[in-house]
Amino acid sequence: MKKSEVPQEENRTYGGLRKAVYARDESGRHSVVPSSGWRAEEAATEMAVALFREAAESARQACREGRASPMMVHMYARRMDPPTLAQATGLATWRVRRHLRPGPFRRLPRRLRKRYADALGLSQEQLDRLPDD
Amino acid sequence: MTEATPSCSQFQHHHAAHCESGVASALLTNAGMPISEAMAFGLSSALTFAHLPYPRVNGFPLTSYRLPPGMVIGRLCRRLGVRMRRERFRNADAGMRALDEYLDAGRPVGLQTSVYWLPYFPPDMRFHFNAHNLVVFGREGDDYLISDPVFEEVQHCPAADLRRARSVKGLFAPRNLIYYPRTIRKDPDWTRMIRASLRASCNMMLRTPVPLIGVRGIHRLARKLRKLPGRQDPRWARMYVAQIIRMQEEIGTGGGGFRFMYAAFLEEAAERLGGHEALLEAADSITRAGDGWRDFAAAGALLVQDRSGVDYPDLADRLEHCAELESEAFTLLDRSFR
Repeated sequence: MKKSEVPQEENRTYGGLRKAVYARDESGRHSVVPSSGWRAEEAATEMAVALFREAAESARQACREGRASPMMVHMYARRMDPPTLAQATGLATWRVRRHLRPGPFRRLPRRLRKRYADALGLSQEQLDRLPDD
Repeated sequence: MTEATPSCSQFQHHHAAHCESGVASALLTNAGMPISEAMAFGLSSALTFAHLPYPRVNGFPLTSYRLPPGMVIGRLCRRLGVRMRRERFRNADAGMRALDEYLDAGRPVGLQTSVYWLPYFPPDMRFHFNAHNLVVFGREGDDYLISDPVFEEVQHCPAADLRRARSVKGLFAPRNLIYYPRTIRKDPDWTRMIRASLRASCNMMLRTPVPLIGVRGIHRLARKLRKLPGRQDPRWARMYVAQIIRMQEEIGTGGGGFRFMYAAFLEEAAERLGGHEALLEAADSITRAGDGWRDFAAAGALLVQDRSGVDYPDLADRLEHCAELESEAFTLLDRSFR
């Protein structure tokens, strides 16, 4: 890749950031050139962001209908899935899945609630409420 | 072996293509052993290709274009004969106290962190990737001064956020890791180190015992892509491709960025060895391989978005093109540096 070919396509997900890319200058040697990103990466990132957003939205709906606990919404809003949340709390994945249901969530002991709240970066009160948005 | 001479006030931030090689280069340069990012990356023989069924990332196989986190710095130090001190803390507060002590002593240190909990990252780039590397070299009020190689400028980070980013649990958990070079080499034997690293890279790319790694790994993934549409439901197949591209683009510094960096290393190596035709020729092939990876990502993104014009065999062809160029480059290096 030549210096002039370094993509400058203003990747929306960068939020103004520029990444360093190695490209060939006039003398044919590689050096660092800042790049504002390109479409391919933007598409891949946006797809990943959108998947979490959709999951959070359907969890919110499920929560309103009493099929899921608010924690499920928090989890997706924090871009986690059950295995990730399980790793972050040190619990087994099946237990996390179970705690995403309204009943078991309501009966959670304090100690576990704290563990979830810490892993999600929330206070214990926030855990019961649906996040804004 | 010489004592390292680190200095917070002399610390210089550099924009780098990859966090781990960028931090290695910054810390060693600051400690009195100037080394470029590309040289750090090349000497660690960190360039590779791996498509592994485990561990799963978001439910898909892991694709990697360089050695696993931690190994870039580890292997670099072994090759350079530099001693890196690494400390982990079970307790997050103890980890922060240790960080403060080093800063008070005027020593910039490297940290491993999560990307998600660093507030200065753009929101759309914050995912749960726990093996990010950065340098802390000072404080300003409650904020830490952070030299994050991925960013052009020095960043600020509040203590509470940095503490959380360092103490997350999960895959590649940082466990409050702090590291810094303790000793350096004043007169390293560049020729010997470069030769050793080239041999290691050739072995990695051409002669792995498992077919999941190196040039064989690329061919294998290409075969897998050819079979994808027949076997899986289309949405799953598209997400599979999306995952490969994300691992290449976001986590893998973009469009075969590691290939371009390796080419930069080969050029620098040629200079150190006093001009070496094979190195420059290999740099050329690797650069073209990098372009090939870029091409693959662009085509893959089209396929993921379900635009017409690209299908799975097309993608596989592009991958095989990359495999051939890399095989060409490393075979040449292998013959010249055996």
